[in-house]
Amino acid sequence: MQQFLNGISIGSIYALFAIGFTLVFGILDRLNLAHPSVFAVSAFVGIELVERVGLSIWTALPVVFLVGGLLGLVIERVAFRPLKNRPDAHFAGLISSIAIAGMLIALLQWRYGPDTRRFPPGSFPGTDFEVVGARVTLVQVVIVAVSIALMVALTYLVTRTRLGRGMRAIAENPTAARVLGVNVDRVTAWTFAISSALGAVAGVLFAINVNTAQLGMGAAIELKGLAVIIVGGMGSLPGALIGGLLLGLAEVFAVEYVGSSWRDVIAFGLLFAILLLRPQGLLGARKVREV
Amino acid sequence: MRTKSTTVAMATATVLALAACGSGDGGGGGQAAAEGLTGEGTGADCTIDQPVPLAAVLSLTGAAASYGRSQQQGLELALAELNEQGGVTYDLTIEDDETDPRQSITLFDQFTGQDPVSLIIGPTLSNAAVQADPIAQDAGVPVLGISNTAEGVTEIGDFIFRNSLTEQAVIPQTIAAAKEEYGLQRVVVMYSNDDAFTESGYEAFAAALKDEGIEVAETLTFSKSDTDFRALLTQAQAANPDAVVVSALIEAAIPLVTQARQVGIDVPIIGGNGFNNPQLMAEAGEAAEGVVVGAAWNSASDNPENQEFLQAFEAEYGSQPDQFAAQAYAGLKLVDQAVRAGCSAAAEDLQQALGDLQGVPTVLGEFSIDENRNADHPATVQIVQDGRFAVLQ
Repeated sequence: MQQFLNGISIGSIYALFAIGFTLVFGILDRLNLAHPSVFAVSAFVGIELVERVGLSIWTALPVVFLVGGLLGLVIERVAFRPLKNRPDAHFAGLISSIAIAGMLIALLQWRYGPDTRRFPPGSFPGTDFEVVGARVTLVQVVIVAVSIALMVALTYLVTRTRLGRGMRAIAENPTAARVLGVNVDRVTAWTFAISSALGAVAGVLFAINVNTAQLGMGAAIELKGLAVIIVGGMGSLPGALIGGLLLGLAEVFAVEYVGSSWRDVIAFGLLFAILLLRPQGLLGARKVREV
Repeated sequence: MRTKSTTVAMATATVLALAACGSGDGGGGGQAAAEGLTGEGTGADCTIDQPVPLAAVLSLTGAAASYGRSQQQGLELALAELNEQGGVTYDLTIEDDETDPRQSITLFDQFTGQDPVSLIIGPTLSNAAVQADPIAQDAGVPVLGISNTAEGVTEIGDFIFRNSLTEQAVIPQTIAAAKEEYGLQRVVVMYSNDDAFTESGYEAFAAALKDEGIEVAETLTFSKSDTDFRALLTQAQAANPDAVVVSALIEAAIPLVTQARQVGIDVPIIGGNGFNNPQLMAEAGEAAEGVVVGAAWNSASDNPENQEFLQAFEAEYGSQPDQFAAQAYAGLKLVDQAVRAGCSAAAEDLQQALGDLQGVPTVLGEFSIDENRNADHPATVQIVQDGRFAVLQ
């Protein structure tokens, strides 16, 4: 039971990160590899907010959400928009987002140095609960709650709002959407902002969870995030949610039942097996490429 | 156009001049330097005319930065004291290997090649030592490790020494003391299995636990870059151990200890040398209470060298030294002993003299180099109490 909760808590961070990843991919068909660096930047920004500005970690969360959104706008503006009319826009965007990622990390290193950073002692409430014999910290509860709230809000946004309709229209066919009067540039910018804001919150939650922010933390989660969105089905939001939770649980139960050295083998082996059985991912629609 | 050609001409001239200098230094210069490194007299009366060139390769940035900076402070303090003493002066170059063994190799190449020194101190991590020390061994330049505690470092060759007690020397004493204190019968062992240092620490723990007849309920591994240990710790807790034994670097140790307390592990946590760092208390806060760590240096020791060192360090830096500072400080003092013993800083004389060090009073206690070029001096076992290391009685 304890392990189940551990898995849910880490898995919901994976899911939140992966949903940001898959949102841009699903709607715009672009892979934004600057996403992991937003994850890292936001962790450092969160610590800075708590340490310097004196915000509590809970009030820092919405601020980081906004900072992440701004970063998303910058990434879209700098790495994607200037290249969008190139015939190889997918690939060019991929590469230019890697460049942005490198620059963001270099800026972080310039500002904070290479050392691990942590929240000042006493930033966390020590409260914990007993749930069916398992011990859960308030931090873990908040991580899961925030992740779920953001995912629900995102689903509402995509399915019920005008912006969401625009997003779905673009996902279907950008040219047709433009003809029908959807402001493609604006919806694209919004999509990046929301995606990065989610990635940013995931970054802070991760930093809060383990009280550690490192320059390499984005790179560490990048592959997991990619694995999650592929397993969940490229571009599928619920798929990313399920994939994230599944990866978190697989890691945790690999420790419990197989042995800690085998954790990554088991977790990624499982993902591989899913792909063999369902190449389009758990919830992905089988895409037919038209020639 | 005119300015351009002048610049080119000047650049060419400079290159030629540099090349000339370079060849001079590399050939005859090295020989001359070696001759100038032998002096008159012995011990305290020894006088060597030219400053003795030394290098230290430390991890001043990256994962091991907190160790490296302590070492730098210890070395600089010792250097200032030695140079004030007179007779023999030292010219110490401290370089940063960025916690990257490849960088250590580059620096070792530099200090055995174009900038030759009499002795290299470091590198900070055993990982780097295993890869860089062979370069010095091949070049015949003595190396004094001041923090390498993994097995096999001095086995690289007869020019490699260390003044840091190995984990193999400290850990059995730690386990014995902890067993006596807490009546340990069953423990869980955790270690990161992708690092030479923590792996050799684990092996020492495993051997010591076996010798003491303590049952290992479970052995859990993780990666040195891991930060989320909840799954492992839950697993550890389920085994209901009397203590959790951990071999990890400080970067992993801090979140591990913090999360262990969150998960509800209240039994003592026994750490390897990586835990031996005041950062543990500074950043893990209350969670660090009750952590037991074996150490090469007893900060509370009242031997006169130690008391003097504590005062001087506090006066210079306004903070308490840690073991890494103490070992670095002792290291440079030992080098001075060895230089003065033969009144020579020539590589081979220094190698001989280092091997002959016996019963030298240092901040680490009475210090000798054993037949395997390892350190031999008493160890101590500490426990975190009220946010600082106290001696486990």
